Amino acid sequence: MTYTFNETQMAELNRLVAHYPEGKQKSALLPALHLAQDSFDGWLPTELMDYVASLLHIEPIEVYEVASFYSMFNLKPVGKFIFEVCQTGPCMISGSDDIIAYIQQQLAIKPGETTKDGVFTLKLVECLGACGYAPMMQVGKIFREHLTKEKVDSIIAEYRATVTK
Amino acid sequence: MGVKLLLDKANVPEIRGYEVYRREGGYRSVEKALKEMNPESIVEEVKKSGLRGRGGAGFPTGMKWSFIAKPEGVPRHLVCNADESEPGTFKDRYLMEFLPHLLLEGLIVSSFALGANDTYIYIRGEYAWITDILEEAINEAKANGWLGKNILGTGFECNIYVHRGAGAYICGEETALIESLEGKRGNPRIKPPFPAIQGVWQRPTVVNNVETLAAIVPIINMGGEEYAKIGIGRSTGTKLISACGNINKPGVYEIDMTISVEEFIYSDEYCGGIKGGKQLKACIPGGSSVPILPANLLLKTATGETRYMNYESLSDGGFATGSMLGSGGFIVLDEDQCIVKNTLTLARFYRHESCGQCSPCREGTGWMEKILHKIEHGHGTIADIDLLWDIQRKIEGNTICPLGDAAAWPVAAAIRHFRDEFEWHINNPVLSQTSNFGLQHYADPIHVPA
Ligand SMILES: Cc1cc2nc3c(=O)[nH]c(=O)nc-3n(C[C@H](O)[C@H](O)[C@H](O)COP(=O)(O)O)c2cc1C
Ligand code: SF4
Ligand code: FES
Repeated sequence: MTYTFNETQMAELNRLVAHYPEGKQKSALLPALHLAQDSFDGWLPTELMDYVASLLHIEPIEVYEVASFYSMFNLKPVGKFIFEVCQTGPCMISGSDDIIAYIQQQLAIKPGETTKDGVFTLKLVECLGACGYAPMMQVGKIFREHLTKEKVDSIIAEYRATVTK
Repeated sequence: MGVKLLLDKANVPEIRGYEVYRREGGYRSVEKALKEMNPESIVEEVKKSGLRGRGGAGFPTGMKWSFIAKPEGVPRHLVCNADESEPGTFKDRYLMEFLPHLLLEGLIVSSFALGANDTYIYIRGEYAWITDILEEAINEAKANGWLGKNILGTGFECNIYVHRGAGAYICGEETALIESLEGKRGNPRIKPPFPAIQGVWQRPTVVNNVETLAAIVPIINMGGEEYAKIGIGRSTGTKLISACGNINKPGVYEIDMTISVEEFIYSDEYCGGIKGGKQLKACIPGGSSVPILPANLLLKTATGETRYMNYESLSDGGFATGSMLGSGGFIVLDEDQCIVKNTLTLARFYRHESCGQCSPCREGTGWMEKILHKIEHGHGTIADIDLLWDIQRKIEGNTICPLGDAAAWPVAAAIRHFRDEFEWHINNPVLSQTSNFGLQHYADPIHVPA
């Protein structure tokens, strides 16, 4: 598959590249990869990384080595919504284990897996900077905090509703 | 109520927007700095203030600024470290989310002091919505003449850009951050050269924490000397503490550094005591990297003095009986928490976040996690405790960047202070799967190993 940014996406890329000095457009790589991942299917297939490399005039290998270093870049297909649940110390002592077990049970998947309908992926992550509002998870751009079983139920229902519409 | 210099206006409705922020006295420090002061006199004020870096290491900011190289014709840069990924730490997030203009104001004054025209905020990728808040604030500041060319008619140009990371704790380390800003993997650089000489794009660069740069605003407004009168000793000014764990009121608090640890935990103005009326067992007072302390050594030093919430008092006793103020991530553990399990989650964190460049860190963090996993799940032996101790000692001080130390310290402190809990786990492999060691004697005076 070949990828091409539409006009808005291209304008955003140009805005990002303009943040850095002339000739230092490689600096825009992380922001550009975010843009690419968000613009297509939520992950970075090789062809998409190659496209980003061509846009920034760098070698594809420079993109691969960066994409594989940072935990937010997905190198495999993911569900439409990714539940990234924090499991580090402060969240653990505030009950994240129970929440993780509950989500696994409700979605019938294990960490790292995607539901059969392709809607949800469960990922266990390390501290997201919300330790005082634990247990918590990130879904897309936002944090869902102070999680309880009831809250998890309503969050799942909320995202389900957006796809069945 | 203690003095508040950063969050005093945090509860004013719509303070996030430019209009209200300006009406409440915002951007005065930019007027003062650009019109009445010069770069040298600003650095002088910051030195007088005694401000120490709020990112964790506590290095004096004024001194750091005076190290920046000024080669002819080479641009210099200020980079704001908003990577905030140390477990327990969520103060910078609060500041940026609710007072974005306070950070911008501090950045403009600091950029002027350093002679930097293009300034970057390196923000952790997960704070995606805060990136939007900051960009909105930047647009407002630009529209009102506080950013761009010829600010206040002084000829000074300042642009601020937000650069989003993508999930890597190591990018909070300043040279890894610089690599990441250049579009590379976050592998820390070998120093020297220091960033002040060769930083981003080989240009002289200063990296400072969000809170440090926000603190420049009150320092300029009130003067360094007045700022230095707040607090005690070398802990001047105020500090943001993000409190979490088993307390009644988790959140971000601005403290002046004269209050005791006991007051911070138990008073209603701050943490409001331990949740559910339980007992305090232990605390990691400055982010996950600093040594954990049992309750008795937390509230009082080994010599029986009251312990206070400041740099000196928290580190009283060194690593044998003290800890550190660090990043201000204050993690409280109640009587029901298991030290082995808590240490395991932290070991896993550091294994996950090691960039892999140095073998002691890459291999050692993996081994520590494996052994702790074994102990936690009832398969440990007493020799494993000594092995853990041995591994952490071999990491500490033998790596390119301080992440190695940061990984070693929590394990060392857990064994130092809670060795019998580890032994109990090992000697009770079945029982330890369903019940906890509990408080035992951790409220009593503790034997201090030599
Ligand atoms: C592994 C590691 C992670 C760090 N993470 C952060 C961070 O998230 N935010 C921060 O301000 N400083 C962090 N630091 C400290 C920075 O390297 C640097 O000292 C700091 O940004 C300097 O700013 P300051 O002097 O204003 O504190 C980290 C250091 C290490 C070794
Ligand atoms: S100490 Fe660890 S994180 Fe730091 S450079 Fe070495 S391997 Fe990387
Ligand atoms: S430990 Fe979960 S957000 Fe920090």
